[in-house]
Amino acid sequence: MAGSTTPDLVATLVKYAVMFLVFINVAPIMNWVERRACGLIQDRPGPNRVGPFGLFQPVADALKFMFKEDVTPAAADKPLYLLAPVLALVPAFTTFIVLPFGPDLEVGGRLMRLVIADVDTGALLFLSIASLSVYSLVLAGYGSNNKFSLIGSIRASAQMISYELALTITVLAVLMAAGSFHLGDVVAYQRQHHVWNVIPQILGFVVFLVASFAETNRLPFDLPEAESELIAGFHTEYSAMRFALFFQAEYTNMAALAGLGVTLYFGGWSLPGVHVQGLPGAVLGLVTLVVKIAVWMGLFVWVRWTFPRFRYDQLMRLGWKVLLPLSIVNLIAVAAMSLAGWI
Amino acid sequence: METVIFLIFAALALGSSLVVVAHKNPIYSTMSLVLTLFSVAVLFVMLGAPFVGVLQVLIYTGAIVVLFLFVIMLLNLQRTGRDDSRMAGQSLQIIVALGGAALFALLIALALSRTSLPPVQALTADMVSLKLLSRQLFTEYLLPFEIVGLLLLVAVIGATVVARRPPQADTTTSYVESTKGSEP
Amino acid sequence: MEVPIQWYLLLAAALFAIGAAGALTRRNGISIFLSIELMLNAANLTLVAYSRLLAVRTGQLVVFFVLAVAAAEAAVGLALFIAVFRQRHTIDVNRINLMRW
Repeated sequence: MAGSTTPDLVATLVKYAVMFLVFINVAPIMNWVERRACGLIQDRPGPNRVGPFGLFQPVADALKFMFKEDVTPAAADKPLYLLAPVLALVPAFTTFIVLPFGPDLEVGGRLMRLVIADVDTGALLFLSIASLSVYSLVLAGYGSNNKFSLIGSIRASAQMISYELALTITVLAVLMAAGSFHLGDVVAYQRQHHVWNVIPQILGFVVFLVASFAETNRLPFDLPEAESELIAGFHTEYSAMRFALFFQAEYTNMAALAGLGVTLYFGGWSLPGVHVQGLPGAVLGLVTLVVKIAVWMGLFVWVRWTFPRFRYDQLMRLGWKVLLPLSIVNLIAVAAMSLAGWI
Repeated sequence: METVIFLIFAALALGSSLVVVAHKNPIYSTMSLVLTLFSVAVLFVMLGAPFVGVLQVLIYTGAIVVLFLFVIMLLNLQRTGRDDSRMAGQSLQIIVALGGAALFALLIALALSRTSLPPVQALTADMVSLKLLSRQLFTEYLLPFEIVGLLLLVAVIGATVVARRPPQADTTTSYVESTKGSEP
Repeated sequence: MEVPIQWYLLLAAALFAIGAAGALTRRNGISIFLSIELMLNAANLTLVAYSRLLAVRTGQLVVFFVLAVAAAEAAVGLALFIAVFRQRHTIDVNRINLMRW
């Protein structure tokens, strides 16, 4: 089958290494950004002791996590309890394999697409792997042998699968307009029409934005892990390095979903009117993608420290009774516009 | 290379399916089912059906098994211990069931070893193309597609009705009574 | 192809046999259900294997429908379990025997 020769394998590994290096730094950087932005919005300095502007705070946090005592509940279901944080990282570091990060690159006489997983079923693969992230929540809550963790994990997973529906249908609308599941084709479609998808599909974008907040358990949808509600929800019983794994997985998931959002609605790696080829083009594409993801993540942070929290029944009501019908309306509207030839 | 991948995931599928069937704790059974389904999805991709493989992960492991886990946790099902609910003659029934299953597998193996299947053609891009698959789905198989959509709607309504708490007949008040206090 | 189709068919038969053995011998209702899902999967694998052998897409499309039907069946079946559990406080199939002779 095509794609399984040695040069192809090497190319895939190199592409994965590039994306991995980008996404592994998300959690430490976001740690600093979150706390400084929180300080800014709450009119206080934020961390400023460790290095200039507190820039080495993530390093201090990492050291703390490594040396902190690892407390494991005695009656916890050990295999599941230990599996959950590891399982959380797997979807986080696998979903970004379908995000394109540059124009087609000429490598060894062949045109190679800058996507790690250059498969027909691109966006669907993203959604299917992202749906596996429910398991780490469920196992963490169950394995902790703690009522509050269990309640938190059930709420979190019910929330995730409810908003997955609206998310999937919204994504489907974009894919329908672009005519392909491959995200590289979606970017090409936006370049071809000289307009980012957010403008004709503004309703879909709003639904996607709200659903992405709920998918990643971020405020205003973070009841399952809210500090004042259920201690810490499903990761109550996790300390030190295991908590750090959940932490990392959460931020990486946010970045991956942000990556999907910018690729679907904001042109991904492409800048309007810019056509740079070759290696400089690839670097520019990667930088553009990272900047756009950073803007989306900034929005995540801004909203977190601005809005109050949704109550759980309000949250479920929003997901099923508001977002799902809106996403279906969006799908029909996009279909109509597509038939009429407008997009 | 392909053989190695097949052997790994086939062994994984078989091993985890045994755990599904044999383990006392329903949560462990369910997680082993996830592993089995994932291995089978990989085998689907190897057989030139990537779309079906991705759908298997998305629908089966991403939704159906999560539903199983929810129900197990909501009903708080513990390990099934030994109690007196064993009927008389249950051991014999178990042996007969296992024997029958083994016999079935043996018969299939025998049948396969004696038939000669036509040679398998190499995979072309057309065979794995998602575009052609969906075209066939929406032209040749349009009626089953619509029927399945209707079936899913019926299932959603049915599941909601069956699983909800029965309405309390004696505490239902009429609409007029319940809005009495909200007069301006 | 390096891997003969017979191996896929054999694996599917083995999975089906294991699922059938589980469905017939377990007492826990949920475990029976899991074994049934295993059997459905084995059937799906057979369908896709034959689809590959005969170089048609029919098998894959039938699997698509089987997946949808399995989802519907799982939803309704689990709703039934919840309803039964509310009444009888058990899902041990030996105890849910109101209509047995």
